[in-house]
Amino acid sequence: MSILIIAEHDNAEIKGATLNTLTAAAKMGDSVDILIAGSGCSGAAEAAAALPGVRSVKLADSAEYANQLAENVAPLLVQLAGDYSHLVAPATTNGKNLMPRVAALLDVMAISDISDVVDADTFERPIYAGNVLSVIKSNDATKVITVRTTKFAAAEAAGGSASIDSIDGSGDTGLATFEGQDLTQSDRPELTSAKVVVSGGRGMQNGDNFAMLDELAGKLNAAVGASRAAVDAGFVPNDYQVGQTGKVVAPDLYIAIGISGAIQHLAGMKDSKTIVAINNDEEAPIFQVADYGLVMDLFDAVPQFTAALD
Amino acid sequence: MKILVTCKRVLDPYVKARVKADGTGVNLDNVKMAMNPFDEIAIEEAIRMREAGKADEIVAVSIGAAKTEETLRTALAMGADRAVHVVTEDDIEPLGVAKVLKSLVESEQPGLVIMGKQAIDGDSNQAGQMLAALLGWAQGTNVSNVELDGDTANITREIDGGLERLALKMPCVLTSDLRLNEPRYASLPNIMKAKKKPMDKKPIDELGVDTAPRQTLVSVSEPPPRAAGVKVASVDELVDKLKNEAQVI
Repeated sequence: MSILIIAEHDNAEIKGATLNTLTAAAKMGDSVDILIAGSGCSGAAEAAAALPGVRSVKLADSAEYANQLAENVAPLLVQLAGDYSHLVAPATTNGKNLMPRVAALLDVMAISDISDVVDADTFERPIYAGNVLSVIKSNDATKVITVRTTKFAAAEAAGGSASIDSIDGSGDTGLATFEGQDLTQSDRPELTSAKVVVSGGRGMQNGDNFAMLDELAGKLNAAVGASRAAVDAGFVPNDYQVGQTGKVVAPDLYIAIGISGAIQHLAGMKDSKTIVAINNDEEAPIFQVADYGLVMDLFDAVPQFTAALD
Repeated sequence: MKILVTCKRVLDPYVKARVKADGTGVNLDNVKMAMNPFDEIAIEEAIRMREAGKADEIVAVSIGAAKTEETLRTALAMGADRAVHVVTEDDIEPLGVAKVLKSLVESEQPGLVIMGKQAIDGDSNQAGQMLAALLGWAQGTNVSNVELDGDTANITREIDGGLERLALKMPCVLTSDLRLNEPRYASLPNIMKAKKKPMDKKPIDELGVDTAPRQTLVSVSEPPPRAAGVKVASVDELVDKLKNEAQVI
């Protein structure tokens, strides 16, 4: 088995999701390479080379990969695929955008969002918003996989010394042009890797009230998330969304505030170790998954909670 | 311009999925079914493009057994002009779906394909990207805004860190995210009119594409439920439990 991980990175450094993906890849086989496709990305390549257990880093540093457009990166992976039994990426928006395109070009099925590795060909993955776990065996020669990062522990980030091999770019397809990004600025920890997450729902009533959650999150060194209802209502940006089609989180502590607990929201947080729900509706479905439920008006409860942490 | 939109018949999103007693799959007998919510958004976007004068025909496509016709009638009632029902009793994997759609794109020659970003049953999030790959087209996944400008689709995508803006060469494949629009409800007169709109039935075998499965289902199961929690009476009790019982703060 020979595995190629497609790193999540921003050219300067590798993102945490890559470390979880490395843990998953190591369960598929013991020859693991990492691809850094970017532009001016030697920093990310050096970080990847320091990961323990990595055989070599493939560095594709070329202008057409600057924004990691799937149209340009997919042909590179097709060139490299012959040397590998598994192509593996985290199930981030990047990985989910890229890997099915690669799979179709290789005429294989992709295996999305795996939650466990049974053996080199067999994988567990959640379906129906995580209400059902399926185990599937792939009969394709090349496995093209995305990994649910919350289901695999992060690998160590230092201690290794893999070689870095430069590879040529595959050219710009000219199909898509990057025009810009609007990234949410926050001092808080990143949502998918935070140990504590404080999430608000429709009960927050407006975006300004999320300042209250920021204050609580500050005391807990927590990330702030939201339900789909709060994002749809425009209270907070889309990248706050926790749920079936948003982000999947599994922190040590998840605090759901003013969230009713729709199936698609539970799909994104029910693997959290401890769940707290604060809601004034005692019938809210969120209480069925909460370890600790507090039936109380959130506008009374949250300031008291914040004050109690002083 | 012609727009091809896709829709899948799935378990209603508000119904909890249950595994069949014999463990061979999810029970879909005698349960409420609906159009995949992301596909409703895709269809709505196509209709708005036609209303804005950017498109003149919307063709809705679905793949599935006889009752898939109901889902396509919903698409027609929302405003699609005609429907193509690719008839099969089998579950077609995303790669097979992409191959079927490629064959239809070659015969229909649309200027744009709009799909849902994922179906809420399999949660694969693959078919749109695969179709774009097979056609050699650009792909705009998870789109929350689309502006058509001649041969270019200027799109905004929802990504992990926020939003990304791309200019895509058309024809291209777009997949809808939640914030793209709010789909309309079909009105009663439009539901009546939809019954007379054309629906082309194509047995999947006649398309001559390989839709044989590449994966074997080993098992399905329901994850163990969380142990029942407790209600606390006050914030002080909550903080005490979190500190001393759960030891998470």
